[in-house]
Amino acid sequence: MADADPPSSFLYEAKHRKERSVMTTTSGTIRRRRPSPQRRKLIVTAYALIIPFIIVFIAMLVVPLIYSGYLSLFQSKLIGGEQFIGLGNFAKALTDPLFLGGVGRMVIFLLVQVPIMLGLSLFFALAIDSGKLRGSRFSRLAIFVPFAVPGVVATLMWGYLYGPDFGPIAQSFRLVGLGAPDLLSAELMLQSMMNIVTWQFVGYNMIIMYAALRAIPPELYEAAAIDGAGQIRVAWSIKIPAIRPAILLTMIFSIIGTFQLFNEPSLLARIAPNVIGNAYTPNQYAYTLAFTFQDVNYAAAVAFLLGAFIMVISYVVQLSNQRAGRRAS
Amino acid sequence: MSHMANTAMKLGAVAAASALFLTGCTAASNDTSAADFDTAMSTPTTVTMWAWVPGIEAQVALFEAAYPEITVKLENVGQGGDHYTKVRTALEAGTGAPDVIQLEFQYVPSFVLTESLLDLSAYGANDVADQFTPWTWSQVSSGDAVYAIPQDAGPMGNLYREDILAAAGITEAPATWEEYATAAEAVKSSTGSYISNLAPNDPGAFIGLLWGAGAAPFAYDGAETVTVAVNNDAGKELVAYWQDLIDRDLVAVDPDFTDGWYQGLANGTYAGWLTAAWGPAFLQGTAGDTAGLWRAAAMPQWDADNPSAGNWGGSTLSVLQSSENPIVAAELAKFINTDPESTLKLATEQFLFPVRTDILSAPEFADQESEFYGGQRVNEVFAKISATVDTKFQWLPFQDFVASSFIDTLGKSISEKGDLSAGLDAWQDAIVTYATEQGFTVQ
Repeated sequence: MADADPPSSFLYEAKHRKERSVMTTTSGTIRRRRPSPQRRKLIVTAYALIIPFIIVFIAMLVVPLIYSGYLSLFQSKLIGGEQFIGLGNFAKALTDPLFLGGVGRMVIFLLVQVPIMLGLSLFFALAIDSGKLRGSRFSRLAIFVPFAVPGVVATLMWGYLYGPDFGPIAQSFRLVGLGAPDLLSAELMLQSMMNIVTWQFVGYNMIIMYAALRAIPPELYEAAAIDGAGQIRVAWSIKIPAIRPAILLTMIFSIIGTFQLFNEPSLLARIAPNVIGNAYTPNQYAYTLAFTFQDVNYAAAVAFLLGAFIMVISYVVQLSNQRAGRRAS
Repeated sequence: MSHMANTAMKLGAVAAASALFLTGCTAASNDTSAADFDTAMSTPTTVTMWAWVPGIEAQVALFEAAYPEITVKLENVGQGGDHYTKVRTALEAGTGAPDVIQLEFQYVPSFVLTESLLDLSAYGANDVADQFTPWTWSQVSSGDAVYAIPQDAGPMGNLYREDILAAAGITEAPATWEEYATAAEAVKSSTGSYISNLAPNDPGAFIGLLWGAGAAPFAYDGAETVTVAVNNDAGKELVAYWQDLIDRDLVAVDPDFTDGWYQGLANGTYAGWLTAAWGPAFLQGTAGDTAGLWRAAAMPQWDADNPSAGNWGGSTLSVLQSSENPIVAAELAKFINTDPESTLKLATEQFLFPVRTDILSAPEFADQESEFYGGQRVNEVFAKISATVDTKFQWLPFQDFVASSFIDTLGKSISEKGDLSAGLDAWQDAIVTYATEQGFTVQ
């Protein structure tokens, strides 16, 4: 189920490639047959359509990356100016407690928040797809709406809700006579952020999974019904394995998003400045380094290192998923 | 002598004479001549100013009225940190930087270090030096060089709720820190209010307290040497004092300028606020319901016989080195901060605490009676305080870092009600490490 059926044009190509190779051997020269004029036109059109993207991609992504990489190899001091120090900044980052602390926090975030969020998204997607839910269109919209709220607005709103003096949460606790938990204290800050991120992205991930569920051929359900499988069995044995690629996609996005967490700490720092400080997450640390401490070179190194971490973890997740997929099929 | 040698000698003499004559000429053209000034101010020019002082459009309008050919583009690019980030980014990028910027006192050295500020002594800045309170001028000048024109200051005093203190049996503001501690005890036990709040996220306020204690935590020689001594004896003494008050739960440790803090001032959770001269007007905006109940007094003193005050905040106007119209820009900075009408407006309409001695003693300013403070002449109180501000205080050329690391070290111990002395040491270590990494020699 993991690989799609090869499209028929692929077979056409394979057949004609054989023809072409026969042609070259009989003529005795190793010469690629020139593509037909129509084919050339197709190729040119294809490139023409892609070029704008390539230009923007190179200008906005590749060039800044290269420049950042270049900057990270230098160190500029207030006294003494810029000096080349090779990988010195990277070595410094790997032993920097602020950086490692931030990464550690994000690993905890990853291990706790991502499974909860994806689990909820999967549950909602399955529930809506089961057809048994009344008002499924409304539920879909309602669960998706938090994603439509801009991240900054969402964080500010939740910051208010969490407020120990005027936040509704604290007030309702006090109404019932219980002590209000300080949701912005050092102990609960990470959980509070997890809550905000989960609230925002459950809808987004749910939509991706729901779209994948809609693409499952209905014959499988008919076969399962004949075998007497109930909804839960169908969900477990048919639906979830069928949307494995979509789940992997959401998992990768969530991992990348987690390590890049910036909005929440940056905005909540205004109401809980001493809990969050300057380096609650690695991305926030890179920002502080660049703009408050004027240390653009070290900031570039931190950012690159973070990117490297994300790549490694994403790759590991993908690999283990592929292996699990192969075992399953 | 031979004929050739004679000619050579004559030529040499002429050359020497012309050299002397020419140096005489160039020395004169270092300062802007009156002719250059008039030409510059009557050529249609546009200059850009970045400032966040509310209402400064009024002063800009006065300038444009005085010099009709000049147009000033005023932009507010953010307050404090955001503003400096944009200025530095523009300077780094080489384009987009304005001509004149608002620059707080504590950041002047860091911009001098990067050689971003124009030396205004060539534009007649030293002529206005004696108009200003001495300590403010020493903050913006170094020898003959002048890097900014002072605009306003924040000498620190004590704003307190007279009714709450009276309920605790205290009729006069505490004059010494010992009396303050006793008062704190009385206020807490009789009324349940905290006598004040020590904000863990406000390095400016805390440094102001260090300043008032005569602690001298920072020094910079203008070149490559810095002195960092936040945890010297005076600093430790200050911190031990506040540790005692915090441990006895007599002061609050809430972050300032947050919703909860505004409410605390308005509903009497805090019976006082140790703040700067811009505090009184600010308080009127946030604690409107408590009008008439507040009073102003000098900050409690360590040594009653030698009153000393600290300063928190205050800005200047400075001209960037990159400016293409230095004469006009320098005049703009000078005009707004020295023109009598302009500076009086700053004091009476925008409630910025003046730094010009004329305005400090002007009746329109000093005799203002404030209803919010029960008819007290608050400006007079702060004017007296202003005269006692220690003139020798210096800043480090990387004050952004110092302020930021306060929040992670000493600020953290304050907010957790932990060991303030250890937090102070941590702050010291962080600053020293940063200074060494950046290539400074640390003493």
